[in-house]
Amino acid sequence: MIDTGAAPGPDTGPGAAADAVVGAVLADLSRGHRGVVVDSPPGAGKSTLVVRAAAHLAAAGERLMIVAQTNEQVDDLIERIAGKHPDVSIGRLSASTYLPAARVTAHASVRVATKADDLADRTVVIATAAKWATLTDGTWPWAIVDEAYQMRSDMLLRIAGRFERALFVGDPGQLDPFSTVEVERWAGLTWDPMRSAVSVLLAHNPDLPVHRLPVSWRLPASAAPVVSDAFYPFTRFRSGTGPGDRRLEYAAGGMGTTYDRALDEAASSGWALYELPARHALRTDGQAIQATAALAVRLLQRGGVAHSEQGSAPVGADRIAVGAAHRDQVTAIRAALGEHGASITVDTANRLQGREYDVTVVLHPLSGRRDATAFHLESGRLCVLASRHRHACVVVARAGIPELLDAHPSTDPVHLGVPVKFPDGWEANQSMLAHLARHRVRAHD
Amino acid sequence: MMHDSDMQRLRGGATPRNHDARTIAALTANPGCARRGVMDAAGVDKDAVARRLGFPAPFGQSQFAITRGNAFEAQVKADGCAELLTLLRDRLGLDVPEVAYDDLEVVGGNESREVRHARTRRLVERALGGEGTLFDHPLLRLEIAGQTAYLEPDVIAFQLGGRFHIIEIKSFAVIDGQAEPEQVAAAARQSAVYVLALRRLLEELGADPGRVSHEVFLVCPENFSNRPAATPLDVRPQLAVLERQLARLTRVDQIVGGLPDDLTFDLEDAALPEAVRTVDARYAPECMATCEMAFFCRDEARACGATATLGKAVRDDLGGVDAIGTALALADGSLTPSADLAETAERLRTAARLRREALAAATAAGGPATAESAYAVIPATA
Amino acid sequence: MSALTSLAQLEAVATGRAQPLATVRHCHLAAEPLVMVPLKLAGEAAAPLAVMLGTRAGDPVLLAVPQPRNRDLRFAFAADLAKLVLEHVEASRGRTEELPPAKDGEERIRYGDAPQILVPNRAGVGFLRMLGRSTRFRRTEGPHAVDPSVPRLGRWLTWYADRHDRPGSCLLMTMTETLRLHWATGQSSLEDGNLAALLGWIDPPEGLDGPAAAARAEDPVESPPAGPATDPTFDNEVLAPAIAAYDRDGGDGRAEERVRDVLAAQLTPTWDLMWRAVGLLRALPEGAAVGGRWERDRDAFTWYHSTFDDGHPQARRDPAVRAARRLHDLERAQDAYDAQRAFDDPLVMAEHRLSGQAFGGVVTESDPARLDESGKRPKLRPLLRVSTEDPLQLDVGAAVCNAARPALKGKIVEIGAAGGVLLELTGGMGRKLVPEPGVVPEVGERVCFTSLGVGSWGAAKFPEAEDTPWTHGGPPAEYVPTDDDAAEDWS
Repeated sequence: MIDTGAAPGPDTGPGAAADAVVGAVLADLSRGHRGVVVDSPPGAGKSTLVVRAAAHLAAAGERLMIVAQTNEQVDDLIERIAGKHPDVSIGRLSASTYLPAARVTAHASVRVATKADDLADRTVVIATAAKWATLTDGTWPWAIVDEAYQMRSDMLLRIAGRFERALFVGDPGQLDPFSTVEVERWAGLTWDPMRSAVSVLLAHNPDLPVHRLPVSWRLPASAAPVVSDAFYPFTRFRSGTGPGDRRLEYAAGGMGTTYDRALDEAASSGWALYELPARHALRTDGQAIQATAALAVRLLQRGGVAHSEQGSAPVGADRIAVGAAHRDQVTAIRAALGEHGASITVDTANRLQGREYDVTVVLHPLSGRRDATAFHLESGRLCVLASRHRHACVVVARAGIPELLDAHPSTDPVHLGVPVKFPDGWEANQSMLAHLARHRVRAHD
Repeated sequence: MMHDSDMQRLRGGATPRNHDARTIAALTANPGCARRGVMDAAGVDKDAVARRLGFPAPFGQSQFAITRGNAFEAQVKADGCAELLTLLRDRLGLDVPEVAYDDLEVVGGNESREVRHARTRRLVERALGGEGTLFDHPLLRLEIAGQTAYLEPDVIAFQLGGRFHIIEIKSFAVIDGQAEPEQVAAAARQSAVYVLALRRLLEELGADPGRVSHEVFLVCPENFSNRPAATPLDVRPQLAVLERQLARLTRVDQIVGGLPDDLTFDLEDAALPEAVRTVDARYAPECMATCEMAFFCRDEARACGATATLGKAVRDDLGGVDAIGTALALADGSLTPSADLAETAERLRTAARLRREALAAATAAGGPATAESAYAVIPATA
Repeated sequence: MSALTSLAQLEAVATGRAQPLATVRHCHLAAEPLVMVPLKLAGEAAAPLAVMLGTRAGDPVLLAVPQPRNRDLRFAFAADLAKLVLEHVEASRGRTEELPPAKDGEERIRYGDAPQILVPNRAGVGFLRMLGRSTRFRRTEGPHAVDPSVPRLGRWLTWYADRHDRPGSCLLMTMTETLRLHWATGQSSLEDGNLAALLGWIDPPEGLDGPAAAARAEDPVESPPAGPATDPTFDNEVLAPAIAAYDRDGGDGRAEERVRDVLAAQLTPTWDLMWRAVGLLRALPEGAAVGGRWERDRDAFTWYHSTFDDGHPQARRDPAVRAARRLHDLERAQDAYDAQRAFDDPLVMAEHRLSGQAFGGVVTESDPARLDESGKRPKLRPLLRVSTEDPLQLDVGAAVCNAARPALKGKIVEIGAAGGVLLELTGGMGRKLVPEPGVVPEVGERVCFTSLGVGSWGAAKFPEAEDTPWTHGGPPAEYVPTDDDAAEDWS
């Protein structure tokens, strides 16, 4: 692997550092590599890069296909490419059950079709991986594979015949692919279908260039180093904005409740740990659910205003998200939000991947648990939850997580030939907690 | 630090049990267990205690397995590790130079461990400037909760390109590139102990501990043969856990501080069972694979109706409820839950209702006779 | 696992007896399954020590290797085992059915039955897999030649082990896992891995309760392990001296008889347990979908059997395309299996109701004749309101189907605060604008709807092996067994 992601010197501004990497990526596209990989930490301008690379290839006269993982991601990309480059003709290949979104049909340069033949004249054809996998012929000189770390390599196997060269873009710190069946049989194989598309690609093509976007434009200066240390210990990144560049204010002052104090802590430092008394509880721990919902509603009530390099804007319900590990927690939080918080996004880590808000409220995956499981310790889960915000993140947890981590037995099976995964979820959790402990507000003080 | 006198007393005057890589690695298996932590830190012979308590640990080893293991190791190490060197050169494609082979075991016979360790230390120090060195049976040292443990690995420290690698020889088979994941994990944990001990030695010698690689070589029989195969194994995760748990072991003195002053695990003391029970255990069924005390702790947990005996997943499903009786009483509504347990109670009652409905549907349809017995437990709430 | 299973375990503790987790049998049970109880030599990957096998409880056959380190004796054992297993395979084909020809006109057949193998536990499957691996590449001529039946056995055992990985397949089943699918005990899953202890909870011997029977089962003297690992004390104190005597004996047969006797004594208790378990399972009524799944097993068997002579031994590891295809097949099988078991069994469905993926209740409103006339043509879209107390986790818009008749599909339109769910039925009511009689549930009827099995997907397309893309290393070299494979040590 050629590591071309060396961080520029400290005197380089973030914009210049990021531009240098993007420039290097685009240059690599015309150097005859079969593939180019770009690792992107949270909010590092991955979509912007995809748009630029698509325009770059289109301008060079190449037809290209774009692979995204969900219909929503497809529509997001279409909206951005068509908005920025109305001269590029775009085809959206979709299943017959797909109803074209208004933001897609609004662009004259976009045509929606269920058959690739109907899009043969399009410069850019874009679809979900699942849809691309239904094609059995046709090839494109180039592909851009978005969210490539979320894609299982067996999916890549099904679509790789459709392109000659490809740019793979994704965030290595997010959730790993999973399966409902036993997959030990393939452990250690370089083509293990359970590995991510990028992992398999690089195992077979170790000489491909790998770039890293060095700057998170989403995460504030208070969060980038914390998230980088915990989840990207060997591939650090920094924030695009400085410590004073973003501010979160509330129109209404606090009343001194613990909720208000937690929100004030979050506004001033970018983080808050709202700590409930230690107790073992069900996943749908009523107190924790209640506190999570109440914090989100209270935030809305206090009329947050976010000041940033993009100007000042109110923190409305559309700019707040609540994240949890399990579906039943999400359902319970939605119910607890009631009508006051009805339009706040509440979702699991899986579904929050790739999304961005001003403030997030997170129910810690290990809160109230007696034992940690691999699911709850998975570093990608906490990473997604802790890296969706532009201003502040409030974490709700019961006390006792450090003890739970200390007591966690280390008996994970080891498979020969499987690369060690970094960061280890246990280490990443320790690192995050150590930081959050400095921003603790106890529920019953 | 726990005082020597405390530990002496806890052991009841018995000599402390020497740690080896396996017992040190086992410290990470259930780090939340105070009972185990105290006994291990004090060097108590848990196996003897368990036997004395009437719950001997069933950790016997078959002579067939022992014979096979010894034969394989002897074969790999024969003629100054000739077979091993071929393996490293040919299979792993390593550029192995001519090596000096030092067996640090075959000396005199009645040397003290201190003397043997000193010689290991001398040879390692000399090797720091050299290249291509194989040490068989080095005697390493590691501080465990303030006590010095001597490790007599039947492994080899191998220096290549200025870095030391631990070579771990195991007799389980690697078949088509795969081995039993639990056995590999155990080997990785043990190797991590050696890596750590060797790193500490280099530190003492003023050298960069990073010269001990986190990549160890696992040497196992290949497929169904006696032919050895070497596989690189990255033990960084195991090292991280080990270092953290060793640092944590010193906290055992806090636990000991909270125990009665006259507590002892003296095997001859009639109050041994009570003494053991004085220190809390954190029993889980997994203990049966790793801890000599497990069957005693299981019996204790069963006697008090602990949900822990059914496994972590069950306990997790039951939220905070530790007692089986409480959980059942919540399920059938005979116990009014405290506010803490309201959600758990509701969930259990829903589960009980759904079970009842389903079994009733099946009985109506002529289902299994055993269905009746479930009704005996949970009367239908009218 | 769910709180429902956990509750059953608590009940088991309270009653001292295992509690049902299923109301029907979710597996096929052959009239004459081949029960196999294998033992292997400690410390070896796949050195067979003995196997007790047979298709009738009263008629076990014991095969044993008096000196397991002797290669010739091992291959003789493999040949003996091959003979019995291959006989079972040939005897279990039943009558061949002619099926309607495939789309491409090719003739299709299906054997009327298939050979089932039962082993005590997962480790038993692992051992058969290893035995298959160590024998399937053997050559039958030239140097290192073995009996022609040996590589055939290896291929069949490999096929069985692969088939076992497939959710819902019943060709090779383990008794502990099968029992655990149907009963919950008052001990942990680790302890359930001991067949004697597990059966002790389900069907304790006269005068004992579950815990007492399980305690007795943990004593390796009274209750030898169900294999393939042996009890170390038995190895050291009984088996090793017997084998040593055989080595000294020079072949007068008595020492060999002694080895066989001690092995038989280790195996017989497990043999008896296996058949007791078969009896318990047989007493359960068979689930509705079991026959269909067994048909898939028969199809797989028909295909493998009828193409056996043209095939190669299975490769050591799956190449890229086969791995991806296999994973896809297994995931589809898992989804189908989960859904079918729930449809077949209210007790399994209760798990999904508790987790919120299904809900049951009484129909409070029904509008079976409702039409949706918003489109060009009117569509039959009956409305149904179901009152439920279940903790629903499905969202408005979720597609669901009727547990009693999965063809009846619908989607959730509204979830009322008081636990009422409004459904719009969308399919499975016939082709007309009025539903077929009896199809739409009426007011007062108990119903259960679930999202299970609704999103089932069709088989995916994969490239051919020769089209393996560059991202996955390109086309793999075609696998041809080599002399090296055949000569592989088995020591």
